[in-house]
Formats: sequence, structure tokens, C-alpha cells
Amino acid sequence: MSTPAPTGTASSLWGLAILPILLLGAVLAYLVATGGGLRSLQGPPVEQVKIGRVTLPERGLIQVQLVNDGPQAITIPQVMVDDAFWSFTAEPPGPIPRLGSATLTIPYPWVEGEAHRVALLSNLGTVFEAEIPVAALTPRLDSSLFARFGLVGLYVGVVPVVLGMLWFPWMRRLSGRAMNFILALTVGLLVYLAIGTWLDAQEFAAELPAFWQGAPAVALIALIAVGALLAVGGKRREDEAPLGLSYRIAVGIGLHNLGEGLAIGAAFALGEAALGTFLILGFTLHNITEGVGIVAPLVKRSPGLKQFALLALVAGGPAILGTWIGGFAFNPVLATIFLALGLGAILQVVWEVGRLVVRNTGRLGLPVANWSNLGGFTVGVGLMYFTAFLVKF
Amino acid sequence: MSAWLRSLRSRRDVLRTGLGSAAALVGSVALGQSATHPAGHTPATPTPPVKGGAHAGHGNNLMVGKVDHARNGFDPMEVLTDWDTGQVSRLPSGQVLREYTMTALEKDIEIAPGVFFPAWTYNGRVPGPTLRCTEGDRLRITFNNHTSHPHTIHFHGVHPAEMDGVPGAGPGEIPPGGRFVYEFDAEPFGCHLYHCHATSLKRHIHKGMYGAFIVDPKGGRPPAREFVMVQNAFDTNFDGGNEVYAVNTVGFEFARRPIPIKKGELVRIYLVNILEFDLINSFHLHANFFNYYDTGTTLEPTLRIVDTIMQAQGQRGILEFTYKYPGNFMFHPHISEFTELGWMGSFQVVEPVNYAAALREAGVDAGWDRRATGGSTAGGRRA
Ligand SMILES: [Cu+2]
Repeated sequence: MSTPAPTGTASSLWGLAILPILLLGAVLAYLVATGGGLRSLQGPPVEQVKIGRVTLPERGLIQVQLVNDGPQAITIPQVMVDDAFWSFTAEPPGPIPRLGSATLTIPYPWVEGEAHRVALLSNLGTVFEAEIPVAALTPRLDSSLFARFGLVGLYVGVVPVVLGMLWFPWMRRLSGRAMNFILALTVGLLVYLAIGTWLDAQEFAAELPAFWQGAPAVALIALIAVGALLAVGGKRREDEAPLGLSYRIAVGIGLHNLGEGLAIGAAFALGEAALGTFLILGFTLHNITEGVGIVAPLVKRSPGLKQFALLALVAGGPAILGTWIGGFAFNPVLATIFLALGLGAILQVVWEVGRLVVRNTGRLGLPVANWSNLGGFTVGVGLMYFTAFLVKF
Repeated sequence: MSAWLRSLRSRRDVLRTGLGSAAALVGSVALGQSATHPAGHTPATPTPPVKGGAHAGHGNNLMVGKVDHARNGFDPMEVLTDWDTGQVSRLPSGQVLREYTMTALEKDIEIAPGVFFPAWTYNGRVPGPTLRCTEGDRLRITFNNHTSHPHTIHFHGVHPAEMDGVPGAGPGEIPPGGRFVYEFDAEPFGCHLYHCHATSLKRHIHKGMYGAFIVDPKGGRPPAREFVMVQNAFDTNFDGGNEVYAVNTVGFEFARRPIPIKKGELVRIYLVNILEFDLINSFHLHANFFNYYDTGTTLEPTLRIVDTIMQAQGQRGILEFTYKYPGNFMFHPHISEFTELGWMGSFQVVEPVNYAAALREAGVDAGWDRRATGGSTAGGRRA
């Protein structure tokens, strides 16, 4: 039995809505003013600082950016570099409020190519450390470095995707059964990328100040991205599906490659140029399968060279962008968000390509879990897994 | 991706992965970037020192700001000379009786500008009072524990077992609110120390419960300008390693305010090492050599004409030297890590005529000068 809701005037309706808020305000005011009888529960002060970027803007100078993500204001009265107290200036000076940030400038004669350690000593004696793995001037935005970073992105992102696409003519001559194998393979490599992107997103998230709540944020952003992409996908016309699917795979892989670019750019910015370049070789090889995955849904069409070029750009281009951002303006917040979006995009295409595989398998009169599908999936995961040996240490 | 980034965070790891210079070179050439320079081949240009920075010429290796000694309740410069010779009277037997009061107090002390350490102290200071007496004196030390932990006073020297200030001997640990009177004869003469011996020992020592204990020989030592230097350090984040190193507690204090001495006068330093966590400390004097009396239990030097001595935990000794030239001369441990972490200072050697001005510059008065030159409790040496 439901009783009809009492109707009222507009003003009484607003009053009912606002009443809890007013009472909440009163409770908060009481807590702030009196401590709510909980004063004795207050423990010793907690100091927490997240060191963000450590840069070497010029010879003999170190800059440290930090965020106070602890529950109360913090003071950093002393700084040590390589186990030595060192002079410094803080901007802004004085205590750093909760969620506030500061930049410390330290006149320290760092040595090119060597490792250094910076430690911040709080007024209560807590030590916060940051490492400079290989000291090198932090790259400054100039046209030649900009171009070189762009080239790195090109090698890592666009080139392997284009090379992978060159298998397209061969793939068109394959039987329906073989093609289904390739699609299953695509699912495999996308699943690998999804896991990799998740782990990378979590690593960047771990670098964030605590209040960003990085770990759950990654999951939530990815979920919302999946939902949004599925909602958009629901409106599509059936006949343009294959090309659309290729584009969505390209977008997912593109966001993933953006993350790769970020990491490589950041590596250069941290002075690990030689290693970064060694890794570029590995990434190029590792990413070649991505091109196969992107064109796999298109074997029954001939979308034309222009579409292929566009697909390659969508999938590979973000690596260039990522390298620029990572090298010149690394920001773990953006990195985490981009990777979480990439994760969502990849999961959404795993879903779509997976459905394609299921449909094709049905047409062939086979159960979904057959040796061909499983084999394709395994080869896809295996290719990514073993080529990743080149870039993992 | 960031996984490999992190795995490369340490240059040692990079080398460990065995990626030879070949790979590195390929990479650098491919990008047109210069290869990493071998260590030390690229001269870094240090920025000029900050104005008003370290007196003693250590560039930017300094602490920013100043310590509020008034708030601390003690000043490392004053600690150099403020001997506590106790309340003196005579026993019926004619023996000199010295009575001291030591109170354990918990106190936050500023050990570096703006950096506070939750110390356990004797009489609210770190190091505790420099107890000074003459060999053969009767010592009566009343110990009050006004803290929330049990403590003791363990004196180095010769005394009965129940006066040893260790758990299980005599009264053992003195509980919070407790009181005990340690009583024994001062022997042998030398530069000793006392410290809390409650468990856990490391914590009771590094929290600040220690001080110098000087027993003068009956005949005294030759007249000299005397200072006590207690080598100590603080583990501010309680991770079993020290962050701030010093003599007399405050890092770089004597770099900010060099200690004034006169050219040509004999200087005697009672040096005590009560460092926790690091096995060895040392003392190195610039532009000079000194005679060293190990533990101070002899009247003849045990080491002659040396410029560096080392002391393990709990070791101490007496240094004697004279400066030939005026100027600013550093002293520090020849353990460069400790030097750069605060245990560094200097002597300001001046012509006798300029001494009053030097005292003013160091922020000390004639009383400090008098205590430095009239320190011995032994008779027959005050000129
Ligand atoms: Cu104790």
C-alpha cells in the first residue's frame, strides 16, 4: 500500500531540501568549535609530503616540487643533498598548508651523469627523499629537441603500427577460419595491453599525492570510459561497423601509446637518454602487432589508403604527443588519467572484437571455446609477452 | 613502461643490467644527444655561496636559519665552558663533598634551525651538565626522574656495583617520579662521561641522556683555555641512523659562530664521543697538530703531534694545542659525511689585543672567558 505523497507549496519543498544541509552545518560548526568531545583522541602530528618533479634547470641548481598531502601544515626547515645539509630557498616560503605546494631551489653543484639524492627534513625530523637517477640538464623546450622527441614518438608509435598494417594484403587472402584466428589473436594482444595499461596507470597513480586517491580513480575512470564508449557504440549503424571498430581499436591503442610516449619522454627528461633509446628499439618491435589488430576487422572491406593513414595516425600519433608531454611537462596526474582512459578504451574494444569472434565462430558452426580461438588468443598474448622481454629489466 | 622507468631509478641498477656502453652509444648516436659523460669530466659550476652563509668556507653546505638558544634553555657556546662543580662542603673526615642535582626531563629541543627533536634530558639540556670535580672528592648526585620512563645515571669511573646505574644493580632503573642518590669517590682522574643505562640502551642514549664527567688530577693540569666538546648526533626519524651531527647538540653552531681563542695560548679540549648508530667518530684540527691524552687518565700525552684522532662509541680524551697564526681554522671529524651533516665548526684565532672584540662577535661575555680559563677544580693552578 502506498500513500500518495503530500503535495506542498514550492517554498515548503525547498525548505525540506535545505533542512538537512542546515543541520549538517550546525554539526560541523559544533565539531570545529568544541572538538566534539574528541580532543583526547587526537594523536601525534602526521607529516606527509609527496615530492613531485625534481628538475635540474641549470648547472649547479636543483629544483624540487612538493605537495603537502598530509592532514596538517608542514614546515621544511632544512634540506640535505647527498647526505649534506645545503642552503636553499623555498617558494612560497614558510609553512606549507594541507594540499599546498612549494618549490625548493637548491644551489648544488651536481655532477653530470651521476646519481644524487635529495632529502627534505621536516621540523619534526621526518625525512622525505627523492632521487636523481642520472643527473642531466632538464630538457628545455626548443625546436630541435622538440623535433627529436617527435621522432622518438614516431619510431615507437606510428612506424610499428604502419609496419603491422602491411600484413593487410596477406590477411585478405586468408580463409574465414584463419581470419577468425587473427581476430582472436587481436583479442589476446588487447588483453595484454589492458593489463599492462592497468599496471602502468597504477604506478603513475602511486606517485600522486594521497588525496588524489589514484588507485580507485584509475578503476573508476576506466569503467566510465568503457560505459561511455559502449553507449556511443550502441547508436552505430550496422554497415559501418568494421571501419568503426578499427577506429575504436586505434583509439584504445593510441591512448596506450600515449602512455608509452609519456614514460619515454619522462625517461629522457630524467637524463636516461641512452637507455631510453635502447628501449625505443624494443618498443618498436613490441608494437608491431598493434597494426595487425587494427586492420583485422577490415579484411572484407577496402577502405582505401587514406583511412589506413588516418588509423595509423590515431593509433601511433599519441606516442609523439606523449613523448612531448613526458619530456617537457611531465605530470603524473595527466598520465594517470590518460592511461585510465586508455584502459577503458582497450576494454571496450576487447568486448567488441570478442563479440566479432563469437559471431564468426557461430557462423563456422563451432563452439566459442575452440582450439583455433584459444590458439589465436594465446599467440596474441604470447607475442606481446615475449617481445616485451626487450623492454623489461 | 613506467615499470622500466622505476627499475632504472638507480644508476647502479643500470650498470647491473649489463647494458654495455655499446647500447648506450647506439642510443645516443641515434638521437644525436651527447653520451653520458664519465664521472667528473664535466666541471659543474657551483653557484656562489649565499650571503651570510657558512663562516668557515664550506660554501653552501650549511643549515638555513638560526637556532633559538633561549627557547632551548642552553647554548652550545655556553656549554663549552659551563662546568658544574656542585655544592662544595667538607665531610668530617676532611674529604671534599660535592653535591649535584640531576633531574630527568622530557623536552623538545631545536637541534638544527627549525628542526625539533623530542629529547630525554638531564636538567633540560643536551648534553647534560658537565660535572667537574677533583680526584678523591666524595660525589653525591641526587637523581630525580620527572619523566614518564624509567632512567638511570651510569658514570664511567670506579665505584661500587650498586652505584653503577644499570638495571639489576642497586636500585636499578629509577621509575617515573622516583628518586635516588648516587654516591661514590671520584676516581680515576680523566675525561669521562655519564649516560642513562636504562633499556633500551640505544634509545636512552640517542634521545639525549648523557654528559661529560671531568675528574681533575689532584695537582691540576697546566693553565689553559678549556672547552668541553661532546660529539653527538640525532636520529630525527627514528630509523636507526642519524640525520643531524654536532658537538654540543646544534649542527654547524660553531661554523655560524666560530669559537674565539688567543694566538699563542694553550687550548685544552675535553672531547667525548657519545654518538649512537655510527661506530666511530673523529676529530681533525686544521693547520695545527695537537697532543692527545687517551681517556685523560695520564698527565703525559699518549699521542704526540697528531692532527686527527678517532674515538669509538663512548671513547674520550683530551687534546692540547696552541695556534701560531691568527685566522679562522676549522675543526671537524675526518668522516666527511658527519662534517657535511652538521659536525663542523671553527676557531677564530685572534691577537690577544683583539680578544674582547672576538668575544662580542661570538656573543659571549667575560664570564664565559673566565670559566674557560679557570675551569679546573684542582687547587694550585689558578694564576
Ligand atoms: Cu634513560
